Amino acid sequence: MRKIRLTQEGVVLALAVAMCVVFAVALPNFLTTGNLIALVRSVSILGILGLGMGLVVIARGIDLALIATMVVSVSWVLSLTTNSGWNLGPALLLGAGFVILIGLINGILIAYATIPAIFTTLAMGLVVYGVGRGWLFQVDVQNTPDNSAFFNFLGRTTVLGMPMLIVAFLVLALLMWLALRWTRFGRFVYAMGDNPAAARIVGLPVRPMIVAEHVITALIAYAAGLVMAAASSGMSTRVYNSTMIYDVLLVVVLGGIGLSGGRGGVRNILVGTLLVGVLLDGMTIMDVPYIEQNLIKSIILLCAIVVDSIINPRDEQTAQQEQGDI
Amino acid sequence: MSSDTLTRIRYRYLPDHLIGEILSKRWIDNAVPFLALVVLVAVFGIIAPGFLSVSSITDLGRQVAEFGLIVLGLSIVLMSGGIDLSVASVFTLAVLASLIGTNVEGFSVGLTAIGVVFLGVVCGSINGYLIGYMRLRAFLTTLVTLIIFRSIYDILFLRMSTAIVASFSDSDFLFFIGSGTILGIPFSLWVTLIIAVGWHIVLSRMRPGWRLTAVGGARRSAYNAGISVRRTVFFAYVWSGALSALAGFLFAARIGSTGADTGVGLEVSALTAAVLGGNSLGGGRGSVAKAAMGALFVLILSNNLTNFGVSGPVNSTILGCVLISSVFIDMRWLRNRHKWLSKIYVSPAYLQLPPPPSATDANSPYALNDKLRSVEIIGLGQIDGPEDVILDRDDNLYCGTRHGDIVRFFGPDHKRHEVFAHIGGHPLGMQFDRDGNLLVCIGGMGLYKVTPQKEVIKLTDETNRSFLSVVDDSRLRLADDLDIAPDGRVYFSEATIRYEQEEWATDALESRGNGRMICYDPRTGTTKTEIHRRVFPNGVCMANDGVSFLFAESWIATINRYYFDGPKKGTIETVISNLPGYPDNINRASDGNYWAALLGMRTPALDLALSMPGFRRRMARRVAPDLWLYPNINTGCVVKFDEQGNILDALWDLGGQNHPMITSMREHKGYLYLGGVSNNRIGRYKLPDADPNWTAQDFYWGREGSSRT
Repeated sequence: MRKIRLTQEGVVLALAVAMCVVFAVALPNFLTTGNLIALVRSVSILGILGLGMGLVVIARGIDLALIATMVVSVSWVLSLTTNSGWNLGPALLLGAGFVILIGLINGILIAYATIPAIFTTLAMGLVVYGVGRGWLFQVDVQNTPDNSAFFNFLGRTTVLGMPMLIVAFLVLALLMWLALRWTRFGRFVYAMGDNPAAARIVGLPVRPMIVAEHVITALIAYAAGLVMAAASSGMSTRVYNSTMIYDVLLVVVLGGIGLSGGRGGVRNILVGTLLVGVLLDGMTIMDVPYIEQNLIKSIILLCAIVVDSIINPRDEQTAQQEQGDI
Repeated sequence: MSSDTLTRIRYRYLPDHLIGEILSKRWIDNAVPFLALVVLVAVFGIIAPGFLSVSSITDLGRQVAEFGLIVLGLSIVLMSGGIDLSVASVFTLAVLASLIGTNVEGFSVGLTAIGVVFLGVVCGSINGYLIGYMRLRAFLTTLVTLIIFRSIYDILFLRMSTAIVASFSDSDFLFFIGSGTILGIPFSLWVTLIIAVGWHIVLSRMRPGWRLTAVGGARRSAYNAGISVRRTVFFAYVWSGALSALAGFLFAARIGSTGADTGVGLEVSALTAAVLGGNSLGGGRGSVAKAAMGALFVLILSNNLTNFGVSGPVNSTILGCVLISSVFIDMRWLRNRHKWLSKIYVSPAYLQLPPPPSATDANSPYALNDKLRSVEIIGLGQIDGPEDVILDRDDNLYCGTRHGDIVRFFGPDHKRHEVFAHIGGHPLGMQFDRDGNLLVCIGGMGLYKVTPQKEVIKLTDETNRSFLSVVDDSRLRLADDLDIAPDGRVYFSEATIRYEQEEWATDALESRGNGRMICYDPRTGTTKTEIHRRVFPNGVCMANDGVSFLFAESWIATINRYYFDGPKKGTIETVISNLPGYPDNINRASDGNYWAALLGMRTPALDLALSMPGFRRRMARRVAPDLWLYPNINTGCVVKFDEQGNILDALWDLGGQNHPMITSMREHKGYLYLGGVSNNRIGRYKLPDADPNWTAQDFYWGREGSSRT
């Protein structure tokens, strides 16, 4: 008899499936087409963000500016096209340039100025949002331009019966898997997460790598924002003020990517996304008020962090000493 | 005026060694935040009309009272090496709880205050348990509890908001807490000031505060030192929660209402304030003053920006930039402080030495010879670093070692040895007092006494603090050699107050008067600095008149005589001014003259460099220490001199075989015993025409301790 190994991934997957079954039986609205589409939409956006967060977490970092980057860059692009009369193409390029700049600033502050990632990105979130609200666009909600082929393609077409949103998520996931699994870059990311000092000593370009990771993560956030704008025909700055960043962290931590870095991969993000998506969707159907959803989510996240700290205990030898016990 | 004179004047009157000393003080961490605060107040005092008016300042005082408590709580957690982002939510919850308590439920003000603080304690205990006992990551954990407490607030606020708006408290006391003043200072500010002063005393003067900073500074060392790390961390969070809750109570008493955006983003402001003030994110470095400066800075900045019509998001952008730059400065400062300090601290002085007398000339009193080549060797390889040696009346030989021991070789053959006493530090100069106790100067520790029964007694490890000295010169860093006056007073030298013993070579590079002569009076138990600013005072020996002593100043190759009593009291005379080497210990000889050890020889290159302080400073900054110009300690010798400064004899080991390096010598029953601070042996040289029964104790104290006549 083969022994079944109990991994966090497996447990989470089983939990997600079980919740699906329970919801399908208990909640009459769960299995309707409308709900499943809503589920897929929210799941794919969360999943794409999870891919970005996962990359930096595997390399023992964190990016709390993810949502601000997404909201501000896409809002600016939309504001440029609808209000200032830009063509979508140049506006998209400008948006990409903007997120690359954010990623560069994040990466340089973390890698070269040696400011802890968690502080840099916390403060950068504020800075990016303030810059956006102060100078880049005026109103809270930006709509996608009417009859834009790009957003229609992203938001409305299907491939083999699957909405484009989920296809975009799966394609990005595949790319990320390839990059992490089969490229030198990917192996370096794991090495850095496992032991940054050792990675540096054996000659890995740790600092440029940190910058590159944050640029990639910012680009992924940009992609998630475009998908979100396509799915809901616009972007609201209220997304920034929501607790979405915790949903993303929930995806990563629940999926089994240890916060101490060097563990996990794309598969973990997929199962984490599934579980969190089903959970959020179920709570919405059950009509749990938004603020109580926050309470439930944050308590689950706290439990996930507790479990994570037990499963992946911190290695005191490689835990960063200089920046304190954070 | 020649350029040399200019150099001399410049190095005499420009005290640039003070820059390094100021930079090495702990309070220098406060300089940057303090300057930033002064500039900020000046700028807004000029461009913002009414900023410095009484009403504006009173209002600011109330806000500082509330915000300051939160920043203080967060700073306490930072000092323990953690972080607490949930302060904002605890504050908001406390505001709500106070309003429910006083307005809706109608509890008394005191009961509400106690209940609210208890609520903060509960919230803090949750954080503290998770982080202190379960070892979760502080940042993420408190980020999540921030959301949890905030969600609880949102849920409760929705249910209670109408009830809160509908009723209000008519308590005069509550009104007084919110709006009253005592002596013109708002009540809430009094509360905060009292707590701040209390915490300042705890952090700077009391054990719990020291433990807190120890845990933050070096967690593992604190654990190894027996501090309960987990409990300390736990209580840091409890305090943070309690102080934030108290701030919430004060806020509720002042404003009397709450809204959906109360306390939003407060955690970032508080964090910015705490880090900006200079509380280090790495833990272990912080103070109440820093928290206060940071809180003032952030409040003044954001209040004025709001007054100038800057929108909320832009305001927080500026705050975010301030946060990033203050964390950046904190990181750079912590990492580079020692580097900058080591570049700046070494500050050579100007010194012009005359050309040294020749030792190669056969007619010179220092003429080279090889008398020490054939000395007998005692304890080879059994001891390390006998800086000084001494013999008692029973011919036992004592020496200190680098390991902090005093080793005794049993007379008369000195084959066997034992550890006479273990003290620590590096025992240097030694002397027997009238009753046969061994007094010893210990580098890094002070002046100690070892009784014949091997009991170790600390005589003194501090002296009076000089009024204008920047470095704390009350602790003894490098007590070097001593001698005892006939009345029992102990005169000892401290070679330098700027360096530790192992950095003696850096002091040689400076060649400034960093050292001093100190007197310990056993009758009163007091210690007092007798002579200030001497260049590496080293050996000390009582002169035969009983009212003066000879002491060596190593780096200026001089032996002086100081009168501590008698008609010439307080004067210093130069006995020998231009030795060919650097004098170390001085001891009595059987013919009434004195022996002096030269620990190393002067070299023309270093002598020249001494008159070029700029050159030596560049060398100290740019060249690795092992490539500096040093005194030549490969060769040394022993000279005999009289009180008039005439050199009577010189003993060399020219071949450099047995005793090239000598820091001390003692004459005892016709033999001269030689010690060297970097040697692994003691030498014994047969003096050809010395009194074979002469011992220093009998000569100085008289036979068997009877008083000297």
